[in-house]
Amino acid sequence: MEMKNTDSRLSAAAPSGQKRWVSWLTNFLLVALLYGAFAVPIANKSINRYYSGILIMICINIILTVSLNLVSGFLGQLVLGHAGFMSVGAYTSALFAMNSGLPIGAAFPLGLVLGGLVAALFGLVIGVPALRLHGDYLAIITLGFGEIIRVLILATPFTGGARGLTVKTRISRQPSVYFTWAFFIAALTVFIVYAFIHSRHGRSVVAIREDEIAAEAAGVNTTYYKLLTFILSAFLAGVAGGLYANHVGALTPVKFDFNYSTELLVMVVLGGMASITGSIISASVLTVLPELLRDFSSYRMLVYSIILIIVMLFKPSGLMGEREFSMKKLIGFLRAAGAKRRKPGGGKGGA
Amino acid sequence: MDFLSQIVNGLGIGSIYALVALGYSMVYGIVQLINFAHGDIIMVGAYVTYLILVVGGAPLWAAVVASILFCALAGVLIERLAYRRLLSQNAPRISLLITAIGVSIFLENLFQLLFTSSAKSMPNLFPGPPVSLGGLQVGRVTAITLVTSITLMLLLQLLVSRSKIGKAMRATSEDTGAAKLMGISTEMVVAFTFAVGSGLAAVGAVLYCGAYPLINPYMGNLLGLKAFVAAVLGGIGSIPGAMFGGFLIGVAESLTKAAGGSQITDAVVFGILILVLLCRPSGLFGSNVREKV
Repeated sequence: MEMKNTDSRLSAAAPSGQKRWVSWLTNFLLVALLYGAFAVPIANKSINRYYSGILIMICINIILTVSLNLVSGFLGQLVLGHAGFMSVGAYTSALFAMNSGLPIGAAFPLGLVLGGLVAALFGLVIGVPALRLHGDYLAIITLGFGEIIRVLILATPFTGGARGLTVKTRISRQPSVYFTWAFFIAALTVFIVYAFIHSRHGRSVVAIREDEIAAEAAGVNTTYYKLLTFILSAFLAGVAGGLYANHVGALTPVKFDFNYSTELLVMVVLGGMASITGSIISASVLTVLPELLRDFSSYRMLVYSIILIIVMLFKPSGLMGEREFSMKKLIGFLRAAGAKRRKPGGGKGGA
Repeated sequence: MDFLSQIVNGLGIGSIYALVALGYSMVYGIVQLINFAHGDIIMVGAYVTYLILVVGGAPLWAAVVASILFCALAGVLIERLAYRRLLSQNAPRISLLITAIGVSIFLENLFQLLFTSSAKSMPNLFPGPPVSLGGLQVGRVTAITLVTSITLMLLLQLLVSRSKIGKAMRATSEDTGAAKLMGISTEMVVAFTFAVGSGLAAVGAVLYCGAYPLINPYMGNLLGLKAFVAAVLGGIGSIPGAMFGGFLIGVAESLTKAAGGSQITDAVVFGILILVLLCRPSGLFGSNVREKV
C-alpha cells in the first residue's frame, strides 16, 4: 500500500541535498495520507471489524512478501519455509507477552523484536550450511525446516501442541489501535528493505543474483551477503509472525504449513521478482481476493499452482518485473502527457 | 536379533527411498533441476495402482505395469509442458525450481479434488508368511521390496553404463552442448530420463503401499523429500550413491523409531542432511566439481 518512491538512480546522478529532502518529504506525506485514508474510517467505525481485519492481514502479508522478495527476488535464492520463520516469531512473541510479566505496552513491542531475533537465529542456523554451497540447497533445507518446526511445535508442551495457543495478552482488541501498529511496522519494513537494497550492501546482493562467480571475483564476500540477507528476511518474517499472533489471538501449527509458504511465494512471483511495489500490490490483491471468492476456496491452491507455472513460463520476471512505483516518474509522466496535449506531436516533456 | 531385524526393516524402506532417489539423481545429473514434482509422481503411481487393483479388479501385475506406464507418461508430459521451454531458454535456476514447485502443488491439489483428501486404504498387496533368511524372520513385504529394488538398481546401472541410450545420457550429463554437436538428441535423452525416473517412482509407490497401505494426495511430499535427502547424502548425480544414501536413511530412520523417537524421525533425517552438507557437500559418492566460468 505504501509506495517508496525515491528514485535512487536519479538522486545518485544528481546528489543535490535539497532534491533528496523533497523526495523524503513526499514519501512521508504519501504514507501519512494512505494511513489517514484507512485509519479514519476504521476509527469512526464506518469500516466494520471484518474489513479492518482484512486490512491488518494485508499489512502482515506485505511484511512477509516484501521480506521473502528480499531473498527470492533480490538475492535469487528460493526459500520454501517462510511460514516456518513466521511461526517461530509468532510463538516467541506470544509466549513472551504472556509470561514476561511486563505491562503489555512494553511486552508487545519487545515481544515483536524478540520474535524477530529468534527467527533470525533459526535463519542463521539453517543458512550457514545451506548458503555456503552453490545451487538449490537452500530451497530444500528451508522446506524441511518449515515441516520440522511444525512437528516440533506439535511435540513441545508449552506451545499448546495441536490444540493451539490462545494469546491471552494482546496489545489491543481495538482495530483502530492495532491497525496503526500493523500499518507502521509494514511501512517501516518496506523502508528498511528499500534502503537495504539501494545501499552498497544491496548492490552486492543484486550482483550475487546476477552472477555469483563474477561477484566473488569482484571482491564481494558472497557467503556473508547471502547470510545477511537471509537473516534479515527471517527477522522480518518473525516480526510479521508476532503481529499475526496478536491479531488473530489463537495460534495453531497448521496455519504455518507448506501451503502458506507457497502462497507467499506466489505473491512474490506474481508481483514481480525484485519489485517491492509488485510485492505490495500482489500481497494486497491476493489477501482480498480469497475473501471475495469464498465459494471458490477448494480450487484456490489449484489455480495458484497453474498461475505459478504460467507466469514462470511466459513472464518469469512477474507482472511488475523489476519496476518500482515512483512519484518522480509519475509526475514526469503527467507533465509529459500534459505537454503533449498542449502541443500535439511535441514528443518529450517533463523530467 | 531384534537389532538385526530393525536393520533389515530399515534396508527395506531404505530401498524404496533409493528407488525414488534415483529419479531425483538422474534428472539432476542431466538438467540440474531438483524435480520437486517427483515425490508426487509416487502419489500418482499409488492412486493408479489403487484404481486398477481395487476399482478395476485387475490382478496385481497388471496394476503395476499400468502404473509404471502411466507414471512414465506423466513424467514425460510434465517435462514437455512445464520444463522444456525453460530448459531450452537457459532460464535462471530459480524459475525452474518455482515451476517444479508449481507442478507439485498442482498434482497434489488435482488429486485432492478428484479423490478428496481422506486417505484410501490399499488391500494387502503381498500376502503370505514371513520369509526365513538364515534364521532371521523377515517380513514378506520387506523381502520382496529388497529383491525388487536391488534388481532394478542393477538393471539401471547396466542401462546407463552399457547401452547406447545410457552412453547418450552420460554424454548429455557431462556437457549438453557438446552432446548436441555429436548428434545426440538431447531433448529425447531428457525425456527418456524423466520416463525412467518416473517409472522407478511408480515401482517405489507399489512397494511403499505394500508396507504402508494408506494413500492420500500428500503422501509424496515427505517421501519425496526423504528420497531427495538420500540422493544428496549419496552424492547427487551418482547411481550407487543414491542406493547407498537410501539404505542409510532407511536404517537411520528405523533405528530412531526403535529407540523410541518416532516423533522426531523426520528431524533426524534433516539433521543428517545438514551434517552432510556441512562436512561433505558433494555427498559420499559425489565428485567435487570445480565451478567453471
